[in-house]
Amino acid sequence: MFRKILIANRGEIAVRIIRACREMGIASVAVYSDVDRAALHVSKADEAYHIGPAPAAESYLRMDKILDVARRSGAEAIHPGYGFLSENARFAQACSEAGIKFVGPTAASMEMMGSKTRARQEMEKAGVPFVPGTSRGLISPEEAEQVAHRIGYPVMLKAAAGGGGKGMRLVHHASELRSALEAARSEAQRAFGDEEVYIEKAIVNPRHIEMQVLADEHGNTIWLGERECSIQRRHQKVLEEAPSPIVDGDMRRRMGEVAVRVAQAASYTNAGTVEFLVDQNKNFYFLEMNTRLQVEHPVTELITGLDLVHLQIHIAAGEKLPFLQHDVELRGHAIECRIYAEDPDNNYFPSPGKVTLLLPPAGPGLRHDSGTYEGWTVPIDYDPLLAKIIGFGSDRKQATSRLVRALSEYFVGGIKTNISLFRRILQDEDFIAGRLDTGYLERLLARPAEAVTETAASGQEMAAIAAGLFALLDPGTSNTSSDASSTNGSHSDTADSHSNWKRTGRQESMR
Amino acid sequence: MIYDVTIDGKNYRLELVHRDGAWDCRLDGRQVEIDAVLTRRDVLSVISGGKSYEIRRERSGNDTHVWVGITRHAVSIRDPRSLRGRIGGVDDEKGPRKLLAPMPGRVVRLLVEVNSEVEVGQGIVVVEAMKMQNEIKSPKKGILKKLAATPGANVNAGDVLAIVE
Repeated sequence: MFRKILIANRGEIAVRIIRACREMGIASVAVYSDVDRAALHVSKADEAYHIGPAPAAESYLRMDKILDVARRSGAEAIHPGYGFLSENARFAQACSEAGIKFVGPTAASMEMMGSKTRARQEMEKAGVPFVPGTSRGLISPEEAEQVAHRIGYPVMLKAAAGGGGKGMRLVHHASELRSALEAARSEAQRAFGDEEVYIEKAIVNPRHIEMQVLADEHGNTIWLGERECSIQRRHQKVLEEAPSPIVDGDMRRRMGEVAVRVAQAASYTNAGTVEFLVDQNKNFYFLEMNTRLQVEHPVTELITGLDLVHLQIHIAAGEKLPFLQHDVELRGHAIECRIYAEDPDNNYFPSPGKVTLLLPPAGPGLRHDSGTYEGWTVPIDYDPLLAKIIGFGSDRKQATSRLVRALSEYFVGGIKTNISLFRRILQDEDFIAGRLDTGYLERLLARPAEAVTETAASGQEMAAIAAGLFALLDPGTSNTSSDASSTNGSHSDTADSHSNWKRTGRQESMR
Repeated sequence: MIYDVTIDGKNYRLELVHRDGAWDCRLDGRQVEIDAVLTRRDVLSVISGGKSYEIRRERSGNDTHVWVGITRHAVSIRDPRSLRGRIGGVDDEKGPRKLLAPMPGRVVRLLVEVNSEVEVGQGIVVVEAMKMQNEIKSPKKGILKKLAATPGANVNAGDVLAIVE
């Protein structure tokens, strides 16, 4: 077993991996950029090294610097987390050449799966069902038009190197195709440094369901059940659950077997996820394989009782899987909410800044994976994911009610978050009935929120009283606004509610 | 102490006196029995008529909200004796209006030139945060009098980006 592992990531996932290392008696090495000196992962790790300025391209994506830290610190393995270098085959290769174990698949498996077009070619050979389209990158707008015409609109343009919705465009009509292709290409170039884009038939109102797999380096590959990830916004997952409300034992076994076939076709090792689109008749199509630990891995951990990060490390150390397929049992239900720094009143636009108040939820059936603490300033440079809360119960209803309860306890002050969105989803009729597809969330958000109820009227009176109590008891002298005014001095004459709090408080304390 | 409080657009006159360890509270002249403890910064425990409320204050960017249980209320509070408080503020339809950065970020580009006419909701400045670009829109129809934002500059929440008159 390794004695020391470098975690080439930041935020909640770096903290989660550092915790696993500590549990296993392995020393952890953190890396950080200029703006992350005070980040949680730095203080939780055993060692920490600075790797450059805030932009990821100059720090968390710098393979040379990360490998240099690994050498200097004597780390024997690198866990890449998700995002950043996690699906970069060149990095996996560079690790291997440096004699440092990459906790993940080999560069060759990643290359095959990392290029979605190559993955499609290989899966075609392995007899895996997938959505009609091209298995190669588009050469010209004319080719795109021909293929789209053949498979029929709507079509989806996707970056071959893509993920997380970047470089992806849904096209309904031939007239939109050229500009969409251009936009997808430039976005793909910016996000992944590769402008290859391919085309697929768009399945109307699909579900997005994925299967977790684990493979050791001795030829054993198993599946660990599915995750329902249909609740997405701008192709970013927002809420995931396991098991899926529509997958029964037979469908799970069939999906699991296909997923294992996919992994074996790529000689895959370590943890991976095979994503499927599921149509309204429960037919499933191979979408892509994510060659890394997923953000939503905790829901699988809760219903299987396994620790995927521990297992990843055991596998990377060359150990055999400690159990067989028939030993895997699913129990209960788990739902994850991704808490993003986003402003619900401003179209869920990212809202970084200083966390002035943090009241985390607690209690039974709850897991809170966070990279944030009170007083931390969420940088403007990275992903807006602050934390994940995962509710677990003996069934879906109990998991849901636990999350609703936990969300009422959860509070983040100073920056805006999407916490209120989850209360809305979890109490929505369609969610409760399990009627989900990838368009679900956009439809929910298009509906106006429920009207003000009578209890809200008495709540308004209490809010008015509380406003006065706060002004007297806690006038508040430090917050984001005062930070802003101290930097540019332009805020002092703004007669907004904010300065009123302070002014009223200050006047009161002088009387 | 007397406050004019606006909650979700509704106005209240609040009178609060702390006397001998107890609160004397009147809302629009009506006596309300309360017991209040500040449990930590921005968090109050209020008991009123046997009901217990956990109340949290959210201060971010340009505005303040108070959460009563799971319901969020927009709040502004003024001291009626203070002249400044009476003037009102940024919501005044006449006169100049400030365009404030709703979140910290980086100015990516300017969409309008100084002294040109702008419509309500017209994009003026593009601010990028966490890899997302956001158009900051004009709060009113008028003339763009001042443009404080420069491309490439970092801004904090609440910074003045432009003034429309």
